[in-house]
Amino acid sequence: MTIDPFLPALYRVDGARRELSDTVTLTIAPMAGARPAFQPGQFNMLYAFGVGEVAISMSGDVEAGGFVHTVRDVGAVSRAIAAMEVGATIGVRGPFGTGWPVKEAEGGDVLVIAGGLGLAPLRPAIYHLLANRGRYGRVTILFGTRNPADMLYRHEIEDWRRRLDLDIDVTVDHADQDWRGNVGVVPNLVPKAAFDPEETVAMVCGPEVMMRFTVAALAEAGVPADRIHLSMERNMKCAIGLCGHCQFGPTFVCKDGPVMRYDRIAGIFATREI
Amino acid sequence: MEGLERIVKEHPFFAGFAPAHADLVAGCARNHRFDAGSYLFHEGEAANEFFLIRHGRVALEIVQPGKPPIVFETLGPGEIVGASWLVPPYRWMFDARAMEMTRAIGIDAACLRGKCDADHDLGYEMMQRFLPVMVKRLHATRLQILDVYGKR
Repeated sequence: MTIDPFLPALYRVDGARRELSDTVTLTIAPMAGARPAFQPGQFNMLYAFGVGEVAISMSGDVEAGGFVHTVRDVGAVSRAIAAMEVGATIGVRGPFGTGWPVKEAEGGDVLVIAGGLGLAPLRPAIYHLLANRGRYGRVTILFGTRNPADMLYRHEIEDWRRRLDLDIDVTVDHADQDWRGNVGVVPNLVPKAAFDPEETVAMVCGPEVMMRFTVAALAEAGVPADRIHLSMERNMKCAIGLCGHCQFGPTFVCKDGPVMRYDRIAGIFATREI
Repeated sequence: MEGLERIVKEHPFFAGFAPAHADLVAGCARNHRFDAGSYLFHEGEAANEFFLIRHGRVALEIVQPGKPPIVFETLGPGEIVGASWLVPPYRWMFDARAMEMTRAIGIDAACLRGKCDADHDLGYEMMQRFLPVMVKRLHATRLQILDVYGKR
């Protein structure tokens, strides 16, 4: 039997956790059958019936029961999804796209660098790294966010901070005097982190401008371009490389990405309107 | 004095500095200890010194009337605080507060400017150290003011 890739499967919202004033994490489970396997870094197309469909990265553990998606209310569709309550029905197509290179990173150091909501697509990779901690060298998470109040997954970051086998550094763009941590942009944390650049895989996700500055900091630190992986964001519609909405130079972000190796896109990464 | 020379030479900002030049800088140096919450300097004051942080952390703040101060950058060990000593009118443009007990080396600005005027090789070497730091901070500031994590 051929499965129609445009036909959403029905899922039920099993959990809704408000992360920030405009950001919610939904746990969803299939109404029939088991949920498909996925790789950290992949995304689903989530369908709010009667409103529309939007691409949202996985943000939960690959070993967990349902899909977990962290959704920020930025438009009509994401607003409808972020407003869903437990018991609501949601359409799901996926998983789609490429994943973080968690296998390739084994044996070396790993740098996870996130900006703002970019921590959500990286969280499944972090879970994987921590669940298989012995396979990796130093694991470092560098996280930049707008201000202390807008920190995504704060409770989890505090848990990660307590681990002895993980380095985590957080910075905010600005703060009041009560904040005891770093203030400044996340690329500034790169030179302060301990890692062997030649043996490091960097996984980076955040606004594209932040990723450009971060790539420059990684290059200056000596991380080879083919060891830097970025999660790209474009307007995805079909999610299977047919419609061309997410074309990024000669590639489609939906099927050649969203996770892309930097050396393969370096020539077009900073090009406007591409 | 010998201790200060060693500390100056070992500070990352002066890594690879010519020994004779490091000695000249050390001649303008003195030790500081700032308790948590105390200020290295305030906006508008004369920029008579710049600081090499040895231990601790420093928050750079801007104050708007009637509002709490906003911290726009934090600096730690191995970093320098202050560039206003380099350019007239030699006045600080922000406040610098020790977030925790902080040890720093203060370099007397008039002393070092005088030595740079007398020895342009030293002046050029100082500029080669300061300029990349300033450019990096300028780039970071540009990224900061874009407010990239805000709702677009």
